[in-house]
Amino acid sequence: MSAASPTRTAPQRVRSRGRRKLSWLRGVAVTLVSLVFALPLVWMFAAAFKTNVQVTDPSVGLVFSPTLDNFRNIVEDGEIFRSMLNSLIVGVVSTALSAVIAVPAAWAVGRFLMHRTGSLVLVARIVPAISLLVPWYYLFAQLGLVGSYTVLVLSHMFVSVPLILWIMIGFFESLPIELEEAARTDGLSAFGAFWRIALPLAAPGTATAALLAFVSSWNNFMFALIFADEDTQTVPVTLFNFISYASTDWGGLMAAASLITVPVVIAALIGQKYLVAGLTAGATKG
Amino acid sequence: MPTSKTAEAAGAREAARTAGHGPGRTGGRGARASRERGPRTFEQANRRLKWAMLAPALVFVGSMIVFPLVFTLNLSFTDAFGAVNADRNYVGFQNFTDAIEDSRRFWPAVQRTVVFTIGAVLVETVLGLALAMLMRKAFRGMRWVRTLLIIPLLTTPVAIGILWLLILDPTNGIANHLLDSVGLPPQEFLGSVSQSLPTLMFIDVWQWTPMMTLLLLAGLSTLPEEPEEAARVDGANGWQRFRHVILPMLIPTLATALVLRAVDALKTFDILYATKGPGGGSDFEVETLNVYAYGLTFDYQEYGLASAVLVLFTLFIIAVVVLLRRRAGRKSA
Repeated sequence: MSAASPTRTAPQRVRSRGRRKLSWLRGVAVTLVSLVFALPLVWMFAAAFKTNVQVTDPSVGLVFSPTLDNFRNIVEDGEIFRSMLNSLIVGVVSTALSAVIAVPAAWAVGRFLMHRTGSLVLVARIVPAISLLVPWYYLFAQLGLVGSYTVLVLSHMFVSVPLILWIMIGFFESLPIELEEAARTDGLSAFGAFWRIALPLAAPGTATAALLAFVSSWNNFMFALIFADEDTQTVPVTLFNFISYASTDWGGLMAAASLITVPVVIAALIGQKYLVAGLTAGATKG
Repeated sequence: MPTSKTAEAAGAREAARTAGHGPGRTGGRGARASRERGPRTFEQANRRLKWAMLAPALVFVGSMIVFPLVFTLNLSFTDAFGAVNADRNYVGFQNFTDAIEDSRRFWPAVQRTVVFTIGAVLVETVLGLALAMLMRKAFRGMRWVRTLLIIPLLTTPVAIGILWLLILDPTNGIANHLLDSVGLPPQEFLGSVSQSLPTLMFIDVWQWTPMMTLLLLAGLSTLPEEPEEAARVDGANGWQRFRHVILPMLIPTLATALVLRAVDALKTFDILYATKGPGGGSDFEVETLNVYAYGLTFDYQEYGLASAVLVLFTLFIIAVVVLLRRRAGRKSA
């Protein structure tokens, strides 16, 4: 390149300047579109800081003097925090147990190329959850478990296990197998190679998968609607119940909705790169 | 590409293994043991291990899916009503014929499910593809844009439902205020029977277009650049390069994304329930198959009929998945 004559470099520089301008324009366009997608959520967060008069006055935009009254009210009520704690317990336990079950399975599928067996498990993605609810309810009622954390954890695992499996199969396939093979020739068993080599290397993928599994548990509505009782209610159910008895309290509703969205936003801000990789895992593989 | 990668990996594995058997190795007990047992038992040990690693997941998913599906299939041939463990009689295909002959609830629900899914997923695909093409080359602030896009699809659907109830409120919502400011008449949105389903499709598009964008962006990033460069040299313009070079290469990703999104859209529940309540609206206007089956099960406790509807619904989803994957002519997760 450096040896090129001036007559060659000149038009190239012009073209690259043109391209840079194009990329700048493209950035602006994309940012505008993304803002359109983000605006409703901005509106939600803004409404959480408005008085009830301001919330229902559409001419009050994003400039107003914020109030913390809505949050004060839901803090005093306390219910949302109890259900956030429930969601946290159910989310953490179901995610941890799912990871324990799904990560070794994903390794087996990825390393021994058992895709037929792997995709059998993914049937769980296709079946409508409602068709499982009646049998589960029947079974769990017999065991006296309806309303317990156990039922919620088990039902949320039904979503998390396939999710983690799906992400981790691709992740293990992308890890170079040579490291594990070298470890085995040095005397480690196959399981030892998994435990000491593959598992530590898979830590970032496992973290991504676990984060997505936790978010899906946090957001899950239908299972908690059927299986939770008043004491084990999770956030989406509590939020839904808010509509029926507080339908005029838009400020309170938006404050509660914002509060349960905060963990998700934090997750997105911290794990953006990894979450995108997790969400798109498997979509581009043949 | 994947095949050659696999072959390469297998070759490397073979090489590593023979290295272990080779002379001059003074490895630990494991290496000596595997040398004595030879490759056959080595493979057998692997076979035992891989099933041991898979077993917990298979047992869990099997017991959480296979048993319930058999149970539901069994219920669909009975007149179970009121309580699942109450006496029930086998009635053959009565529930299935009842469902299929019901033109008041069942078929409209089928129609809404199909309209909702096709409409929403089609718009999401076109918009998502356009956005992905715009975002294909790196630009400043890419990271922030991706973060903005990821938030709607991670947000609790019930919260999204409530948020849109506020935005689309016929008298107090910002949506009608905006329509008014550009001189358009106010709309009822979720408040009306005729606009509810299109409005919910719009919300679905808002929430899931970013997912399409991210999936297609991931697909675009794996495509080789040479064909497009070649087409550029041959004088193809931007649209021609997209239509004849990029799009054909993107078909497998597009098909996978479509299947994923279609399966989820067919089963949409949370937002419908959060915005229109348990019954799918006063006139069942947003009662899709999923909402209909839910109502039959938990509001009417018509377990027999509900199970039949769910069996039909499950078969329908499987048919959609098989069809879409076959059309794509390629195996993908």
